[in-house]
Amino acid sequence: MAQTHDAPLATPLADRHAALGARVVEFAGWLMPLQYAGILEEHRAVRARAGLFDLTHMGELSVEGPEAAAGLAYALTTNPARLAVGRAQYSMICFPDGGIMDDLIVYRLGEERFLIVANASNSGAVSDALAERLANFKVVLDDRSLATALVAIQGPESAAILAPLTDVALDGLRYYAIAEGHVAGVAALVARTGYTGEDGFEVMVDVASAGVVWDALMAAGKVRGAVPVGLGARDTLRLEAGMPLYGNELGPDTTPFEAGLGRVVDLAKEGDFVGRAALEKAAADGPRRKLVGLAVRGRGIARHGYDVYSGDRRIGIITSGTLSPTLGEPIAMAYVAPSEAVPGTIVNVGIRDQRVPAEVVPLPFYKRTP
Amino acid sequence: MVPQDLRYTKEHEWVRIEGDMATVGITDYAAEQLGDVVFVELPELGRSVTQFAPIGVIESVKAVSDLFAPLNGEIVEANAELSNAPELLNSDPYKTGWMLRIRIADAKQLDDLLDAAAYEALTAEP
Repeated sequence: MAQTHDAPLATPLADRHAALGARVVEFAGWLMPLQYAGILEEHRAVRARAGLFDLTHMGELSVEGPEAAAGLAYALTTNPARLAVGRAQYSMICFPDGGIMDDLIVYRLGEERFLIVANASNSGAVSDALAERLANFKVVLDDRSLATALVAIQGPESAAILAPLTDVALDGLRYYAIAEGHVAGVAALVARTGYTGEDGFEVMVDVASAGVVWDALMAAGKVRGAVPVGLGARDTLRLEAGMPLYGNELGPDTTPFEAGLGRVVDLAKEGDFVGRAALEKAAADGPRRKLVGLAVRGRGIARHGYDVYSGDRRIGIITSGTLSPTLGEPIAMAYVAPSEAVPGTIVNVGIRDQRVPAEVVPLPFYKRTP
Repeated sequence: MVPQDLRYTKEHEWVRIEGDMATVGITDYAAEQLGDVVFVELPELGRSVTQFAPIGVIESVKAVSDLFAPLNGEIVEANAELSNAPELLNSDPYKTGWMLRIRIADAKQLDDLLDAAAYEALTAEP
């Protein structure tokens, strides 16, 4: 419910960000670090070494009870009942008309215990929707967003930095897995998930312990070249990795199929779920537009909201764009007509008074070498 | 502290006057606010520009921002280095990160620019 507060919320690490010289912005009702040393430097540090992120603004929702799995299968597009204990799945919560309310990560902590991580801007709406959708199931929903701090360490050095600080066996923790243990002596959930396209971990602790965990990771990371990273580089990292952002690629007017995320809609699962009828129809009809990657073959950055053309015909809209720090070229994601969504197609982006050519390319723009 | 020998605009351009020539760039404060600059679009040589009208574009990773002409005049030179090294606007905004040279058409317009003290007051933390 962060966005309903009048005054923005401060993370428990706000003093540390200030001491690190962060530029702070209001985002989704929170005062969050946008950048420290600079977006490009932070971005490159995550690709080459590691970066530390304060993601306390994210929403954490606990769902527990004998019908937790069944209830979430009704509330969400995926089927959390199929999730093994200790594993995670990328999921979505849709409106009855099939539009996306939020994209989520669902962690199964026990047979009857789930944790859902929602976007900061949507956590209140997701919490309210879950309360309504789970009302007839034997579950307890607990919105722990304000009680939970989330600190992420991302980048190839992440495991080496985190391992000495935790009793969780990181070697045995696979991608999209989660374990309960300790970090810097503090009770923590450690998940091998992230939003950067790199190996990395997300550590969830009580807000009162956030400083201890942050300081330990900063100290351990320093010798391996880790740096604090703000929301600016988080955005360029996820964009290179082809990961969608709610409000840009995802929203109430978009179905998961249009976003190329039909895999998170489990139409084969038993029973009804919110949005099923609309999503079955959308799957049968085929998407009216498709999310694509664009490699911009000219100068200028194709930014959110710019129009995309084929000749003089407007055929789409840019959802996100930046100069890729890794590739050194401008990249973007866009919704375009399905006929223009084939890789190799040349389109034009309206950048101020110019039409700049761009080529449709497969996503992601960047994939780490395993 | 900003360089004391320059004049400034409220839109955070700096201007160095030498005879009838004005060299133009953006201030350290502006570069800091924009963050990492990745593209610069400058006007073509010979173009006549009007004081305080947009004449170019500066793109950082996060934002796009207009460059404004500090004076009426004609564009006589543009910093070609910036197409390969736009980051000079961040690293050296007052020297190698200069952007344009303008032949001044109306010297009276210099009165519309801020001196260093006035510009520092404009950008002081509230």
